[in-house]
Amino acid sequence: MRKVAIVGVGMSKFGEDWGRGFRDLIIDAGRRALEDSNLQGAEIDAMYCGTMAPGPLIGQEHAGALLVDWMGLNPIPSTRVEAACASGGVALRQGFLAIASGFHDCVVVGGVEKMTDVPGPDVVSALGGAGDQEWELFPGATFPAIYALMARRHMKDYGTTREQMASVSVKNHKNAAHNKYAQFQKEITLETVLNSKMVASPLTVFDCSPVTDGAAALVLMPLEKAKKHCEQPIEILASTQASDTLALHNRKSLTELNATKVASKKAFEVAGIKPKDIDVAEVHDCFSIAEILAIEDIGFFKKGEGGKATEDGLTQIGSQIPINTSGGLKGCGHPVGATGIKQAVEISWQLRGQANGRQVKDAQIGLTHNVGGSGATCVTHILKKA
Amino acid sequence: MTIASGIVGYGAYIPRFRIKPDDIAHVWGEEAARIKSGLGLEEKSVPDLDEDAATMSVEASKNAILMAGIEPERIGGVFVGSESHPYAVKPTATILAEAVGATPELMAADLEFACKAGTAAMQIGMGLVSSNMAEYVLAVGSDTSQGRPGDALEYSAGAGAAAMLIGRQKDKFLVKLEGTYSFTTDTPDFWRRQHADFPSHGGRFTGAPAYFRHVMGATQGIFEKYGHTAADFDYFVFHQPNGKFPLEAAKKLGIDPKKVLPGLMTPRIGNTYSAASMIGLCAVLDAAKPGQKILLTSFGSGAGSDSFIMEATDLLPLARKKIAHQLSWYVNRKTYLDYGLYVKHRRKLKSQ
Repeated sequence: MRKVAIVGVGMSKFGEDWGRGFRDLIIDAGRRALEDSNLQGAEIDAMYCGTMAPGPLIGQEHAGALLVDWMGLNPIPSTRVEAACASGGVALRQGFLAIASGFHDCVVVGGVEKMTDVPGPDVVSALGGAGDQEWELFPGATFPAIYALMARRHMKDYGTTREQMASVSVKNHKNAAHNKYAQFQKEITLETVLNSKMVASPLTVFDCSPVTDGAAALVLMPLEKAKKHCEQPIEILASTQASDTLALHNRKSLTELNATKVASKKAFEVAGIKPKDIDVAEVHDCFSIAEILAIEDIGFFKKGEGGKATEDGLTQIGSQIPINTSGGLKGCGHPVGATGIKQAVEISWQLRGQANGRQVKDAQIGLTHNVGGSGATCVTHILKKA
Repeated sequence: MTIASGIVGYGAYIPRFRIKPDDIAHVWGEEAARIKSGLGLEEKSVPDLDEDAATMSVEASKNAILMAGIEPERIGGVFVGSESHPYAVKPTATILAEAVGATPELMAADLEFACKAGTAAMQIGMGLVSSNMAEYVLAVGSDTSQGRPGDALEYSAGAGAAAMLIGRQKDKFLVKLEGTYSFTTDTPDFWRRQHADFPSHGGRFTGAPAYFRHVMGATQGIFEKYGHTAADFDYFVFHQPNGKFPLEAAKKLGIDPKKVLPGLMTPRIGNTYSAASMIGLCAVLDAAKPGQKILLTSFGSGAGSDSFIMEATDLLPLARKKIAHQLSWYVNRKTYLDYGLYVKHRRKLKSQ
């Protein structure tokens, strides 16, 4: 199996991008990644693109072929990857496997979602497809409601507070304020979160990630070739994925995501490192409680201590383990299919020392954690300065 | 520039009924305080059971004609802008023309351009009188606008009408119409399909790419066309779908909010759609001094904005005393409804 490296990264400015469509977004991100890689495009021999719901959101399926055409990369094989909000992370893993296996030598992996073309209720319905339709969405459980159940249980079992959850959003907005690609480049206070409109108790609007248009892209190569080609290749030390039941009620615990635990444990084994060796991480904070669950399940903090750790500032830049320096899904935005790729873009910038204004000092190893649905898919990557 | 047209009479009409956001929010389990501060609304007007865009256009037009003191048969054109014309086919304009005594020697037609069809009627009037195709044109915006129960629009969709009588005799001008400019694109931010009871809208898409792009495009366009800056005007009237947007637009354009507040009526009467910016203009004309300059910019979803540059003449202060019911009389005349009576008034109750 060959070692794999990231040689180019790029993303569109995340936000309500009413001036641009689905294909414009991937062209923007893809062009930036190609320019960053110093490649012309002819070397690329496969493309994988994560996108969750172009069908319900813009009426477009067959996205693999559409996107490779508009990227100007025909006739290379192109595959759309769908794993709900983990579509991007799983697409990255497909690209990794293609290079590692020796089947392809230069792969572009992208993620894109165009979400603001339809009214809010239609977005809720499209995203609801990430859960178990028959058991969850049809009887009325939207995603905020599902995560609210997890939050309530975490509060009951571990004494996690509303303030602790709100401190996740405050920290992520603070980081996003230094990220020119972020949807919300504005700091907020604890009161903003606590006093904002209730969505599903105990989660308010500011506990929830937004609806976002955006795309991100990476160029992958075998590590050996990458070292000759560019100055700062980023090695993918581990690419792991795990699955769980779609429906929350079928799980043994409401306060942990087993897929996160399994994928992360495996990733650390493959990379031969421990959670404490990670210098910076992008985790899946689709809701504030989700970041608390993630930092516990990955192993940065003991179960039940994630809320307090966040409130105590241990996940801030400059502290024990900086989490979501990009602003995370909450601050940077969450174009669902693009999120998993964006996480790797941010970690690459961190490891190259290019995260202006939010740089983690001397970052050597980073982790990305991308979740589909309420935890039915989890994909984890560990990246290292090569 | 030769000024070929002016306003010789104007009038407004607001139904007497009101409902507060608190009563609507109570029914839908929303927080009234958040809605009131979010939309900048105190209450909205509600039509009586027997009122519609046609009856309100008559009330407003009678005021305008009375103020002008002209014989109604001299009106050569009647144009009514509304998105709630009582008939899908059959003009409101003919009902109005007949009711005010302008028939039969006249042009008449209904207009629809979401919230700006009334200012489109004003532009038609300016063209017709300045080309001598009509001596006077009655331009009206009138709406009993709809909001889907529970939707954000239900808090703001009000009812009202405003009429501008446009003429070409300079010695009759209360307000000189010095110029107009429009900014129009195909932008589907808000719409109602044939046979649909309630409109649909694009949520946040109705803001930046719709309202703000067009209002600012038209305002900046008319500044450029006629060589003006914001400092040249004493009053600004912007379309007012809520109490917030006009002040935000003013901020973006570097306009002192004090110049906008006198014409900001939506917080007290709701968004009267085709009438909204014209009622705002009525409020300003009820206060303006001779020589003061006014800039009006409407907005209609779909989308477009019409801007006008106007100047009050010496005749305005006396003329506005000729009518018994200025805008403030209607605004202050109130009977509050609860939600039950409100749904009856808006015919949202199904009785068979």
